[in-house]
Formats: sequence, C-alpha cells, structure tokens
Amino acid sequence: MYDPTVARLTYRALLGRRRALILGALPLLLIVISVIVRALVGADDQTASDLLGGLALATMVPIIGVIAGTGAIGPEIDDGSVVYLLSKPIKRPTIIFTKLIVAVAVTMVFSALPTLVAGLILNGNGQQIAVAYTVAALVSSIAYAALFLLLGTVSRHAVVFGLVYALVWEALFGSLVSGARTLSVQQWSLAVAHKVAGGDLVTSDVGIVTATVLLIAVTVLATWYAGQKLRTLTLAGEE
Amino acid sequence: MAAEHPVATPAGDQTRIHNIGYRAYDGPRLGRSYATRSLYSQSLRGAYGLGRSVKSKVLPMLLFVVMCVPALIMVAVAVATKANDLPVDYTRYAIIMQSVICLYVASQAPQSVSRDLRFKTVPLYFSRPIETADYVRAKYAALASAMFILTAAPLLVLYVGALLAKLDFTDQTKGFAQGLVSVALLSLLFAGIGLVIAAVTPRRGFGIAAVIAVFTISYGAVTTLQAIADAQGSTSAIPWMGLFSPVTLIDGVQTAFLGATPSLPGGHGPSNGQGVVYVLVVLGLIAASYGLMMRRYKKVGL
Repeated sequence: MYDPTVARLTYRALLGRRRALILGALPLLLIVISVIVRALVGADDQTASDLLGGLALATMVPIIGVIAGTGAIGPEIDDGSVVYLLSKPIKRPTIIFTKLIVAVAVTMVFSALPTLVAGLILNGNGQQIAVAYTVAALVSSIAYAALFLLLGTVSRHAVVFGLVYALVWEALFGSLVSGARTLSVQQWSLAVAHKVAGGDLVTSDVGIVTATVLLIAVTVLATWYAGQKLRTLTLAGEE
Repeated sequence: MAAEHPVATPAGDQTRIHNIGYRAYDGPRLGRSYATRSLYSQSLRGAYGLGRSVKSKVLPMLLFVVMCVPALIMVAVAVATKANDLPVDYTRYAIIMQSVICLYVASQAPQSVSRDLRFKTVPLYFSRPIETADYVRAKYAALASAMFILTAAPLLVLYVGALLAKLDFTDQTKGFAQGLVSVALLSLLFAGIGLVIAAVTPRRGFGIAAVIAVFTISYGAVTTLQAIADAQGSTSAIPWMGLFSPVTLIDGVQTAFLGATPSLPGGHGPSNGQGVVYVLVVLGLIAASYGLMMRRYKKVGL
C-alpha cells in the first residue's frame, strides 16, 4: 500500500526548491508571535488557549493542510504529468494512499510541531493546553489532508474550494450557525483533544463518539473515493 | 528561381538569403501603447472569466454576487423600514467583506500571471513591442481595476439605495466619496501584494494558498496581538501593530482621514500623526510591489 518512489517524488514536489521555506514561514510566525505574547502577558492559560485555538488550529492547520493536501496531487493533474505516474504498474489506491501519508506527514510537521512549541513557550504546558492543541492539530492534520487530497483529484480549483471550506465554512458559518459546527473538522479534533487532555479550556460542541466516528469516516471515505476518482481520471484540456 | 542576384540587389530589405515571395505586412503598426492597452483589457476581462470557459467564470462571478447581495439586503431593509441611516458605513463595508475580497485576489492574481510563467508565454509577450514595464503596468492596472469593480459595486448599490430611500444627499455623497477613495487604495494595495506573491511561483495552486496565507495569517496575528495589548492596557501600542497587516492598514488610513470608525478592539484608532505613517506605509507597499514585479520580470523566462 506504500510506494517509496511515489513518496519520494511527492516529498520533492511539496518541499522542493524554495517551497519548504515558504511552508516554514507560517510556523515560524506562530512561534515569533508566541514569544511576543509571552513577553507581553507572561504565562496565562486563557491567552494561550485563545492564541492556539484561534491562530494555530483555526487558521494555520487548515492552510498548511490545503497546501500539502492539494499540492500532493493537484499540480501533477494540472500539468498532465500524472499520466506518467498512472501508466506505471502501481495500483491507483496505492498512489493515493502514499500521497496521503506524505501529505499527513508534511501537515503534521509544519503545523502540529510548531503548535506544541508555541504552547510550551506560551505557558509551559500549563493545564495540558499545549498537549491538547497538539493532539487536535495532529488529528485534524489527517482529516484535512485526506479531504483536500480528494478535492485535488476532483476539481481543478481545489485550493480555492479548500480555503473556502476552511476559512468561510469553519470560521464564519461556524461562529454564526451552531449547526455548522457539527460538520467541522476543527470541532471534531477539539473533541478528541478535550478527551485526551481534560480541563475546561479546550472544549468542543461535538461529543467524543460522534467526533471520532465522523473523523474516521471522513478520512476513510475521502481516501477511498480519491482512489476511485483516480482510476477513472480523464485529463481535461487547459481550462 | 535565381532571381536574386547579390550584385544587382540594392542595399536594405533585399539582403536576405531566400526570398520566397511572401508579401510583407504594410498595414498600420498599432505600436506599443496599443499592445499594452490590449493586454490590459484582456487581463481585466480574464479577471472576471470573460472570454474564457464557463468553468472559470463561476468563481469570480460568484464572489462578485456574494459581495453585492448584503448591500442589496441592507438597502432593502433601509427602504422598507424608512431608516435615517444605512446600517453600515460606506467605509466599513469592505472591512466586513474582507474574506471575500481576499479570496478574489487570491484566486485571480495567480490566474493573471502564474499561467504566463508556467506555459512560458512571457518571452512571447516580450517579443512584441511591449516592454517589461508595460507588461507589469498592464497586469497591475488590470487586477487593481477588477478589484475596484468588485469593491466599488456594492458601494454604488448602497449609494443608489440610500438616495432612493431619501436619505440626506450631501451626507451620503460625502460618505460614498470617502468609501470610493478607501476601496481604491485597498484595490491597489491588495492587487500589488497578490501579484508579487503570484509572480514568484509558476504553480497556480501554491500561489492561491500563499496569497490567502499572507492576508489571513497577518490579519489574525495582528488582531490577536491587538486584543491582548488591549486587555493588558497598553493601548498606545495598538495602532502601531496595525501597520503589519494589509486589512488593518486600510482600516487605519480610513479611520484617520476618511471618517471611518475603527474596527480595532476598544476603538483605538490611529491619530492623525500615525495616520500619516499609515498612508506612507500603504503608498510605500504599493510602490514596493511595483518595483519587485519589475525586478522579477527583468529576468524571468528570458
């Protein structure tokens, strides 16, 4: 189910040349901000929770997820070079699964790791906040990567749709319509984090059972459907 | 076939190895400025998907509609309830709808320049009479105009609606003019930043994500820091933080000079002195993005 060559090529496509630097700029910014906040405020649990929840989990993880998830397959389909990959005797689901693993790994490294570091800087893991948000970032990395990888195989405008989901649906509708929060990767991962870390600062609107079931269902279904989609892929012309 | 005698031919355009009898073009040459204008109008049309496939019309048109619908609703409410004022200031509208504007610039800036880079059509442009400066100016002007249309259309809706609702004419006209100045600045600033980022990467998807990341992350970071500074009571630092994100920059400029109410936490807008700094930073950023694009296109693809 895992093909090292495909993985190597995907890593190079995602992190090659200067792209790793651009991807690294976001986590760096988060850490710089946490240092500034720590210097301004000192260790404060509420502030740490607001910053990690608002900036790291709500904005940074989805954006890195979009870049990694769609970037793992989108450009190849876009410029047509995916035919060289598809013409090799590798199963299409294997290709998707390998790319998913790479996308998950990249998202985790560039979003969950800095979340942990930022949490430690902000309040030294007081009330398990740093660990809780890191768990949330890890869990949501998997779901986001699977979801956006599927988008990458379905649409040529995957990045835009992914960003609309992450920023408009989860952030805007999620704060206005409470029902939208049930259908939000962010809330599901927060439920898991709440279960793992306990405490009152990390809360979710979704129950742990619902959240886990939905997370697994979305990840598995998205990966399966992306594999199916790749089996019947037609290369469209430009535009 | 041996009609060409090197000795017999006069100097000038006859000195060629083969003359296979093609007629030269002797119609009018429309020149550099015409080519630049064509590039401008094609890019502007392309920013709304006109002259492109149906699929690529969907997103810009959808964002345009999303921009205008709230204005229509507000106008309808104002007319129906016979209100004395519009529910939202002209200058405030773009700040509220910033996520739509960011999505538009993020989707259309790479569309405008990244594909020229990826399909290596840039050298073809420069083999025409246009030069680097013309290309950059045409693309920049086209995206800025497209964004101005996007941001000014809802203001026009609000203005017409306000006049239909028989609100005070001078008051509304003043507000409308202030709003137009503010969205013009916003269009130039956002288009510049978006194009610079998009011109760096030939990959469309990566460009979109990078532009969005710059706008939303900087806004999120700045507002978070401002909220914390507000809670800590260090209010003097709040206006200075606003310099680090495009949206808060525009907000600061219009608060200082265009009579807008600040959206900063606690209502700490910049003073007039700080407002001058805001304007200078905005103009500096616009000039810098123009300069950076010129530098990029001096070398790229050649």
